[in-house]
Amino acid sequence: MSLASKTVSARLPDIVGAAHVINDPAQLAFYEVDGKKPGAAVRPGSREEIAEIVKFAAAENLAVIPTGARTKLGMGLPPRRYDVALDMARLDRVIAYDPADLTLSVEAGHSLSKLLGVLGDHRQFLPLLVPYFSRTTVGGTIAAGVDSPLRQYYGTARDYVLGMEYVTGEGVLAKSGGRVVKNVSGYDLHKLMIGSLGTLGVIVSVNFKTFPSALGSRGFVATFENADRALEMRHRTARSALTPLTMEILSPRVAELFAGEAAARIGSGTMLPNVLSSKHWAFTSGYTGNEQVLARYEEDFRRMAEELGAANVTVLDDNTRPPAFSRKREFVPIALASSPATTIMKISVLPARMKEVLAEAQRAAESNSLEWAALARGIGVIYLALLPRDRDEQSRAHVANATNDILAAVAKLDGHGTIPWAPSEWKSALRIWGLERGDFAQMQKVKKVFDPHGIMAPGRFVGGL
Amino acid sequence: MDTRLLKDLKKLLGADMVLHRPEELLLYEYDGSVETARPSCVVFPQTKAHVMGIVELANRYKVPIVGRGAGTGLSGGALARHGGIVIGFSRMNRILEVDAENQRAVVQPGVVNADLSAAVAPLGLYYAPDPSSQKACTIGGNVSENSGGPHTLVYGVTTNHVLSLEVVLPTGELIRLGGGAVDSPGYDLPGLFVGSEGTLALVTEITVRLMRLPETVKTLLAIFDTLDDTTETVAAITSGGITPAACEMLDGWTLRAVEAYVHAGFPLDSAAVLLIDIDGTREAAESQAEEVAEVCRKHHAREVRVARDARERELLWKGRKNAFGAVGRFSTTYYVQDGVIPRTKLPQTLRRITEISEKYGFQIGNIFHAGDGNLHPLILFDARDEKQLRGAVAAADEIIEFCVQMGGTITGEHGVGMEKDRLMPLIFSEDDLEVMRRIRDAFNPTGLLNPEKILPLRKGCGEIYSRPLPAAGTAPA
Repeated sequence: MSLASKTVSARLPDIVGAAHVINDPAQLAFYEVDGKKPGAAVRPGSREEIAEIVKFAAAENLAVIPTGARTKLGMGLPPRRYDVALDMARLDRVIAYDPADLTLSVEAGHSLSKLLGVLGDHRQFLPLLVPYFSRTTVGGTIAAGVDSPLRQYYGTARDYVLGMEYVTGEGVLAKSGGRVVKNVSGYDLHKLMIGSLGTLGVIVSVNFKTFPSALGSRGFVATFENADRALEMRHRTARSALTPLTMEILSPRVAELFAGEAAARIGSGTMLPNVLSSKHWAFTSGYTGNEQVLARYEEDFRRMAEELGAANVTVLDDNTRPPAFSRKREFVPIALASSPATTIMKISVLPARMKEVLAEAQRAAESNSLEWAALARGIGVIYLALLPRDRDEQSRAHVANATNDILAAVAKLDGHGTIPWAPSEWKSALRIWGLERGDFAQMQKVKKVFDPHGIMAPGRFVGGL
Repeated sequence: MDTRLLKDLKKLLGADMVLHRPEELLLYEYDGSVETARPSCVVFPQTKAHVMGIVELANRYKVPIVGRGAGTGLSGGALARHGGIVIGFSRMNRILEVDAENQRAVVQPGVVNADLSAAVAPLGLYYAPDPSSQKACTIGGNVSENSGGPHTLVYGVTTNHVLSLEVVLPTGELIRLGGGAVDSPGYDLPGLFVGSEGTLALVTEITVRLMRLPETVKTLLAIFDTLDDTTETVAAITSGGITPAACEMLDGWTLRAVEAYVHAGFPLDSAAVLLIDIDGTREAAESQAEEVAEVCRKHHAREVRVARDARERELLWKGRKNAFGAVGRFSTTYYVQDGVIPRTKLPQTLRRITEISEKYGFQIGNIFHAGDGNLHPLILFDARDEKQLRGAVAAADEIIEFCVQMGGTITGEHGVGMEKDRLMPLIFSEDDLEVMRRIRDAFNPTGLLNPEKILPLRKGCGEIYSRPLPAAGTAPA
């Protein structure tokens, strides 16, 4: 037992009680991050306990990684050090929910799907239809910064997180923002925590703006011979009066992924046959409103699809939409389960440039003998899954070549890309956080303020922060 | 001020771009708040190189620098609290790029908010955040203050529309934060810098998102006989499944003041009105407008008028947007507050404001973003009378404290600036404030950029809660 783990096992039970400290190696394996196991896992029951744990860790120079449901610990670079897993599962209360005010304050360890259940009872929701939906926690979702198909209309967490309480890397309990929908009091420090992968501190609770649930909703799917036409559907919609909630373009291979065993296990229900086709690109969109509004969307979409020579058009209703749209939400886990060495890039470009990116992705993947699938959000975010047949040296080299080519091409298009998911042992060979950026020195300043001792998830973030 | 600095500034910018005589500086003592502070000089850069040069000189001479857009701010953000150089961005007012296909524009900080929307309107686009001062205020100022406006209810405030920033740091470095594409990898630096009230950097270029003009806009005027019916209607609308594009409330006193000035057709005998915009597709806007009208009637609206055409709509909105000007006809000075409360707390909060009005003997008008719970009580007073000034500030403080008690906050869109730094401890602990201070100090290590704004001095410095009173004779916005 190392000196560090001796100190840990002596002190942590004092803070949270022995029942909430895990030292058993078999159980600790659940907290592995990129092959690294922590010396201990601790399950605090209050914000004060979190602050105590982090204060202790800072004093002893122990590296801490906060975790929720442990679904996204594979994101980012491998941690440089990892002593304590801080399991947030016990902080799972709704602190305040005022349906009439459309505001919510919830602890980070609360299950996201259960939270949406609570909101659903009041005909409200949060636009966070994120991967690992049924398992993930609120804190994990926010800390990982994963996005939702609904961002087309509602934006991302930064647009509806009203405030946050967090513990800094020095064990200081602090907050920013508030619980009202409009607020410019003080710096918006909570925005920095979104997507920071636990490298700035521990998110303790999050205040959200909630949204009234839609009336009726429908899904529209049109398939096309090539990517250009599917993208043109997106562009025409953006120029029209329609404001759909979601818009995505799916590459042909997605049809197979969504029809597969992994999709059946991770998504929900059974996909209607023939909605997607493995020979076609698909444009999909979700929209909401009363009967007249739904009819207007369908009419406009059908007309556009016809003008663009769609091969097939399907309108999904309340029964047929969930299987298809839950698969779209779970694209990442489905792709990860579809190859022994799935590597997923996230690429952001201006919407008009998606065409060039998709063409380059196809070229780079195919010239490296890689199967691939892409899901492109209308807002200009492309998830590209590279699906090698084997997890070997040769595949690694192919994936490295392809991702490097794509990152370079994306940079030329004024966009940026990262590789949020890749096999752990390949990460050192890949540009996980993309190409170097001009604002890195400013990120270092932020990191130093929140975590001066460098104990919070050290090394996982951009540039090894 | 140091004559060598003046000489260097003139050399950098040209003599006509540097103001330093007392009579020239007079205008720059003010913004739209009741605060005043006189700068040592005012300079007008035309390029980002100029901005970098000014920052370099300020560092060399150890003089504070403060950015300023149109000076319409309502919390003293653009005032030189400790003297020094005010950098007026009015000469950096070009729209650099409009990319209709990707719905974005790149602008210099001095571009006037309404000018951007006007420039992109022929393309079917607009810039959504619309502060009431939008005909004068600049995008750079909006970015600093994270400005809102009536139509931010559904589309969000400035921070929701800024994609990336180019800034000059107090060290003189020019850097870009974020990118043209969304989701820049790393910490959300644009999210930190927007709304930092000019304390972290000077903004030299802004990339903003443009929205598509809606197919249909329905404007409703709902007229009520009691304040309680009006405020209860607001909560019923927003929680009922429809988010209007705007939901503004004018109380009886205010709308009579406005009507006398604008002749928008506001009823003179009502207790309050709601001005509501619903937008979207033809089908959605029409059915939602009917639903909202029904909610208003259910809450005893005496009458719900629907604007028949664009002219009627514009007239109603003209009344709203010129309200502050209209109030200026009744009082030499007014103090506009900016508290926020949860929307369901509107009824008791407005009752409390009435009590405070009676207690201090000031007329208080209410015209505000009801849908957001963002109050703007206008306290009418005569600033030439120091006793009245003190009373107005005390009344405002009582309103803000009540907002905080209701679970709200001290400012929704006007900023903390030098007006409310002393009130920050009402909502933030010393630990909360210390993290914010460290962030400021990390980016603004010498403290020369917009000193003593937002964050109160540390405890023990004896400043918290002892407001330095502004000089008498302040001007209305």
